[in-house]
Amino acid sequence: MSDQIELRVNGKSIRVAGGTVVAAAIALAGVSCFRKSVLGEARGPLCGMGICMECRVTINAQPHCRSCQVLCEEGMEVRTDE
Amino acid sequence: MSQTYDIIIVGAGIVGAACAAECARAGLKTLVLDRGPVSGGTTAAGMGHIVVMDDSEAQFALTNYSRRLWMELRPELPAEVEYDSCGTLWVAADGEELAEVRRKQAFYTERGVRVEVLDAEDIRSAEPNLRPGLAGGLRVVEDAVVYPPCAARFLLDQSKRHGAELRTSVTVHELLGDGGVRLADGSRISAGRCVSATGPWSPALTPGLPVRKRKGHLVITDRHPGFVRHQIVELGYLKSAHSMGKDSVAFNIQPRQTGQMLIGSSRQFDAEDTAVDQPILERMLKRAIEYLPSLGRLSSIRVWTGHRAATPDKLPIIGPSVVGDRVWLATGHEGLGITTSLGTGRLLADLLLGRRTEIPASPYSPARFEGAKA
Repeated sequence: MSDQIELRVNGKSIRVAGGTVVAAAIALAGVSCFRKSVLGEARGPLCGMGICMECRVTINAQPHCRSCQVLCEEGMEVRTDE
Repeated sequence: MSQTYDIIIVGAGIVGAACAAECARAGLKTLVLDRGPVSGGTTAAGMGHIVVMDDSEAQFALTNYSRRLWMELRPELPAEVEYDSCGTLWVAADGEELAEVRRKQAFYTERGVRVEVLDAEDIRSAEPNLRPGLAGGLRVVEDAVVYPPCAARFLLDQSKRHGAELRTSVTVHELLGDGGVRLADGSRISAGRCVSATGPWSPALTPGLPVRKRKGHLVITDRHPGFVRHQIVELGYLKSAHSMGKDSVAFNIQPRQTGQMLIGSSRQFDAEDTAVDQPILERMLKRAIEYLPSLGRLSSIRVWTGHRAATPDKLPIIGPSVVGDRVWLATGHEGLGITTSLGTGRLLADLLLGRRTEIPASPYSPARFEGAKA
């Protein structure tokens, strides 16, 4: 939980402590809509333990990644707007 | 209290639904019974691939006829049936399978079915997620995909508009040789004729019928629109479908309108239960990933199984049973029942009413299993 990691959320750089999950980084970046439902409603983390699937985002061009289950990595590209 | 119907159809899967739609449309007083809900059996485990097949002339005739009926019905289908004319792409891994592409091309072209041969480069641009190095393929342009449970419900709704009745959660114990059925509670419903459209469960109502359960697995992924564009099937599929051995798998994937991928296929005889069989599921998915390496990065969200109704000659059983003219059969469609449901319904109604059939019905006649007590 010491070294700082730099990653990008929707193109914006953010620095977080090592060991931070992507969902937390997204929240720190001020983004509340992690994805849109099929009917266009905003969705965000609910369970925080990889079950509800509501926190899915695109990480390094891979869609549908559960952001609450993935640790931040240096240079990671996260998108919530796809 | 018994009521009289012209015809009772046992089974509210897609074959029973198609039979009901045709019988009711022809003016027959029709009752459909199912022990479960609509499409709760084999129909719920079908991919919904509308495909012309060429294993035999009779199989070609029924699949081609049925696909034409689907194309004619298409303007009437509601959106939830999800008819998508994505075509079938038969993939050839090597030179040997490419020879099979050319054989199929000749077969289909001679019979007026639109096909296109793809070389190695064409197939890369048609389906970029397929692995490099495939030899080529054959696109069957007018093949399509539907969502089977909604298609069956649409056909039943059609039959109801023509006066048919549907009762679910009603178990039939016996098809009566003097007309009608006996239910599990001992009561009878009388009818001029009854039709068993009970798929893999049909031998229970017609002892001796040579229909065997053949289990299959399906997997559906999360949404990745455009990941594949056709229903893609390996030509090795034929080896799997033809093998009468116990277990086999083949690569077969379908794009759904939701952006999800529906993945098959497995075939197992002597597997009566509906549990997911992890070893065969693993083989099936490994086979799919061999063809689509990046498929391994997607998530599956559901796995389920079902049973096909397999016959010894790979053809369905349609027509009067050999026990008599009051008991009819529409079963044994194995893996092609979604496609061939419409042709089956039309043939059955034509035969019942003494109308001329548009294709010869004799290859599907129950009488071909005379040796067996059908």
